[in-house]
Amino acid sequence: MRTAISELNLHRAASVTDALELLRDEQRTPIAGATDLYVALNFGTLTPRKFVDLWPLHELRQISMKQNTLVIGALATYTDVIRSPLVARHLPMLVEAARLVGGPQIQNRGTIGGNVANASPAGDSLPVFAAADATVVLLSASEERRVAFREFYTGYRATVMRPEELLVSIEVPPIDGTQWFRKVGTRAAQAISKVVVAAIRGDVPRVAFGSVGPTVVRAWEAERMLASGASIDDAADALTKDIAPIDDIRSTADYRQRVATNLLRRFWSETARV
Amino acid sequence: MRFTLNGTAVDVGAHPMARLLDVLRVDLGLTGTKEGCGEGECGACTVLIDGQPVCSCLIPVAQAEGTSVVSIEGLGDNHPLQHLFMNEVGAQCGICTPGMILAALSLEATDTPTLDDVKVALAGNLCRCTGYSAIYRAVMKWRGMNGDVATTTAT
Repeated sequence: MRTAISELNLHRAASVTDALELLRDEQRTPIAGATDLYVALNFGTLTPRKFVDLWPLHELRQISMKQNTLVIGALATYTDVIRSPLVARHLPMLVEAARLVGGPQIQNRGTIGGNVANASPAGDSLPVFAAADATVVLLSASEERRVAFREFYTGYRATVMRPEELLVSIEVPPIDGTQWFRKVGTRAAQAISKVVVAAIRGDVPRVAFGSVGPTVVRAWEAERMLASGASIDDAADALTKDIAPIDDIRSTADYRQRVATNLLRRFWSETARV
Repeated sequence: MRFTLNGTAVDVGAHPMARLLDVLRVDLGLTGTKEGCGEGECGACTVLIDGQPVCSCLIPVAQAEGTSVVSIEGLGDNHPLQHLFMNEVGAQCGICTPGMILAALSLEATDTPTLDDVKVALAGNLCRCTGYSAIYRAVMKWRGMNGDVATTTAT
C-alpha cells in the first residue's frame, strides 16, 4: 500500500545554504529527481517522514571543467549527461551508462548525485566513477569533504555520508586510455542491471563492476593480472576473487559470475591495439 | 501550487508531496493520464513537464510548480498522432496510449527519425497488446517516414 502523503513534510530548498542549514538542524532526507524515492513511496516502503527538495537548486545541475577535472553537479540528470559535450569528450562511458538508465522519462529526472548517494549495487553510473577514480564532494554547513570514490561505499546501500551532508558534485580526473562500458540486463532499454561494467584500457587497466557484490567493486586482482601481462584466462580466474554475486529476482550468482568473466574478456579483446 | 496545465494557469491546494499523477486525476479530474506500475517502468503515467516526458507517478507536485505541464488532454481530439494511432491500430486496450503519444511527441523536432530513434523515444513505455509494430508505424508515418516496421522487435 502506498505511503500516506499526509504524514510527510517537504521543505523546498531556497538555496544550497538553506538546505545545509536545515540538514544541520534536523534529520531530513534529500529529494532530487525522486525516481527512486517515489518508487518506495508507491510501494509503501518509504520510511523517512521529513524531506528537503533539492530540485530547485540549479547551481547543482552544472557540468563544467575545473582545470583538467570534469565536475558533474549532483543534480545533473542522465539527459543532461547525454547532451553534455564535456562528458562526451572526457567521460564517454558515462554517456553510454546514462543512455541505458531507464527510459527517457527516468533519464529526464534521475540525477547523477541521486544514483551515487542511493548506493544501490546496481547503480549504472557507479562502475564508471569507480573505474575513473572519481572524487565525491560532500558539503555540510560547517565543512567540505572530498572522498575518493573507492572509499565512499562502506557496505550494502551504505556510504560514508553524514546526515548533515549533501553530495554536491562528482569530480573526474583526466583519463588516458580507451573507455569501455557494458550493461547486461533483461532487454536493451529500461532494465535494472544483472551485471554492469566500466573499464579503462590505459597504461594500467582499470575495471569496475556493478551488481556483483554488495557495493560497486573494483576488480583489483583482475587488474593486477592484466597489468602484469598475464593472460586474459588468468585475469578471468582472478576476477572470481574480486566479485561476490548473489542470487536474486533479477539473476543468479552463477549467471552473473559467467557474464562478468565474459565481459572482462570482451573488454580486453575489443580494446586491444588502440 | 501554481503551474500551467495544457496552456491554462492552475492553482492547486494539494500536499506538496502528492504525486503529480494524483493531482491531475483526482484534484483536476483529468483521467487521461493512467497509473500503471508505480516504479517508472511502464510509462502509462507519462506527461510532459516543460516539454520533457516524465513519469507523473514519480513526481511530487511541488516539483511541477512554475512549470508547464501537458497531459494527453492538452492535445485536444484532433492531433495527427491520435488519428495515426487509430488508423494503424496502434491502440488496443488503450492504457498505454496516452503515455505512448506524449512520449512520441519528443520526436516532433526530429525531421527524419530512424526506427531506432522511435524505439529510443518510446523505450520507457510498455504496451502489452500491440507488439509495438503498429505503434512504431504510427509514429514513423507521423514524421513522414514510410512506417515499414514489419520485421522489427521492441527494444
